[in-house]
Amino acid sequence: MSILVIAEHDNSSIRPSTLNTIAAAKLLGDDIHLFVATNNSELPNSASTIENISKVIASVDDTLEHQLPEALAPMIKEVATSYSHVLAPATTFGKNLMPRASALLDSQQISDISGVIDQDTFKRPIYAGSCIATVKSNDSIKLITVRATAFDPVQLSGGSADVESFDSIVSNDKSEFVSEEIAKSDRPELTAADVIISGGRGMQSGDNFHLLETIADKLGAAVGASRAAVDAGFVPNDYQVGQTGKIVAPNLYIAVGISGAIQHLAGMKDSKVIVAINKDEDAPIFQVADYGLVADLFNALPELADKI
Amino acid sequence: MKILVPIKRVVDYNVKVRPLSDNSNVDLNNVKMAVNPFCEIAVEEAVRLKESGTATEIIAVTVGTSASQEQLRTALALGCDRAILIESEENPEPLVIAKALAKIFDEENPDLIILGKQAIDGDNNQTGQMLSAILDLPQATFASKLVIEGQTANVTREIDGGLQTIKVNLPAIVTTDLRLNEPRYASLPNIMKAKKKELATKNINDLGIDTSARTEIISVELPPQREAGIKVESVDQLVDKLKNEAKAI
Repeated sequence: MSILVIAEHDNSSIRPSTLNTIAAAKLLGDDIHLFVATNNSELPNSASTIENISKVIASVDDTLEHQLPEALAPMIKEVATSYSHVLAPATTFGKNLMPRASALLDSQQISDISGVIDQDTFKRPIYAGSCIATVKSNDSIKLITVRATAFDPVQLSGGSADVESFDSIVSNDKSEFVSEEIAKSDRPELTAADVIISGGRGMQSGDNFHLLETIADKLGAAVGASRAAVDAGFVPNDYQVGQTGKIVAPNLYIAVGISGAIQHLAGMKDSKVIVAINKDEDAPIFQVADYGLVADLFNALPELADKI
Repeated sequence: MKILVPIKRVVDYNVKVRPLSDNSNVDLNNVKMAVNPFCEIAVEEAVRLKESGTATEIIAVTVGTSASQEQLRTALALGCDRAILIESEENPEPLVIAKALAKIFDEENPDLIILGKQAIDGDNNQTGQMLSAILDLPQATFASKLVIEGQTANVTREIDGGLQTIKVNLPAIVTTDLRLNEPRYASLPNIMKAKKKELATKNINDLGIDTSARTEIISVELPPQREAGIKVESVDQLVDKLKNEAKAI
């Protein structure tokens, strides 16, 4: 049987999370199809160059601009019947959409997989990553969301998939898009960044995040935050790294003024190198840090900015 | 307006959960249990809607063992008017929970269902979306702001790129994110009053739904542990280590 991957995109380009999801799909089968629902008729063609996929199933309609799940889930239900597995990234896009499609197919979704054992068996973190469960699914069509950081992405180019159109567009009169505030930044996205510097409650204010931004700009890094810093209003919600925020695994993660609650560690402890800067030498963050610096961040950050 | 608030009994968020010694599941012996934090936010939002005169009745419901009565009493102490326990075996799957909740929806006909976006045990993030699918109702997940306007709700959602606002027709399912509100603590008088509120019990096997498990837990293990690192003495040493040892910058 073939594997279906649901593409996450912004109507102009395919998001990197889709490439990690295709990488997970490769571990399940060779015949991988990509479902692209969009208002942009050019997008399916540009998606057809992604490596490792053999077919793009394109649903193009103006009503699909915001890909609301009330329309998309029934469409996935119809497409999914000829597949053994349906995969989407475990981003807010996939988390919103996939359980709805899963219930329509009467299938118990497997969320946020971090490993593939065989066709039916998957590894996934539970309890904020305190434990890793190996779970076997007995459903005939398996709906799965994929933890992007656990699978190295496939390339955007090098493939030449057929494009087939799927025209059973479902109309949605239950919900409508009103508005969006999408953060614009010249820095890399958190989930795709090679280096991340994050601030916590110890930053004391949103203004003080400029100390992190100076370093981020020197390193080409993204800026993140702990839940405490977001709850305190220092930075917007899209900065949050953790159990219920973004899951990241950069080459270098610098945690500044972050104590290291398990909920934060759940989002970053798979980073390759972790640096912690905190004035509390007993902060739990030091237990996962490769390099810990016990220091007042207001002294350490300007010095670090000078010396890197 | 009538609001249904499904909640879940989970391990307290401060508990560090470990596998059983035979790795068959997590070890939940003698650990502190609590209302799932996202469910507390759902209860709080419903109570605020009642306090503002928008809602008239709040019904808390859970699917679980009889021990879950404790969490329903907490919800009653926080301001829910009555509660329903759907008694089941331990840890039913989200799809089963959603099917059971759909039956309660059919009986109660609420105008709004508010529930947590995920439970901090399985971290599945599924039940609200599945319930919406089964009931063919709109869903507004990961809500950070909820405004009721007549027969619609305007909901601001926390998404990866920032915030999205959608408008859903009622009845609708709303799942809560962290910043929707800050839940209150139950006062002692309200805890006493909650003991007298109605708590009905149903058996999940009487609901006429398929309760069979679709998944099996093969094993539960600790994640690979990070090796302890070192403390550096100065910013100079840190930069040196990052450049020459870790080669990370």
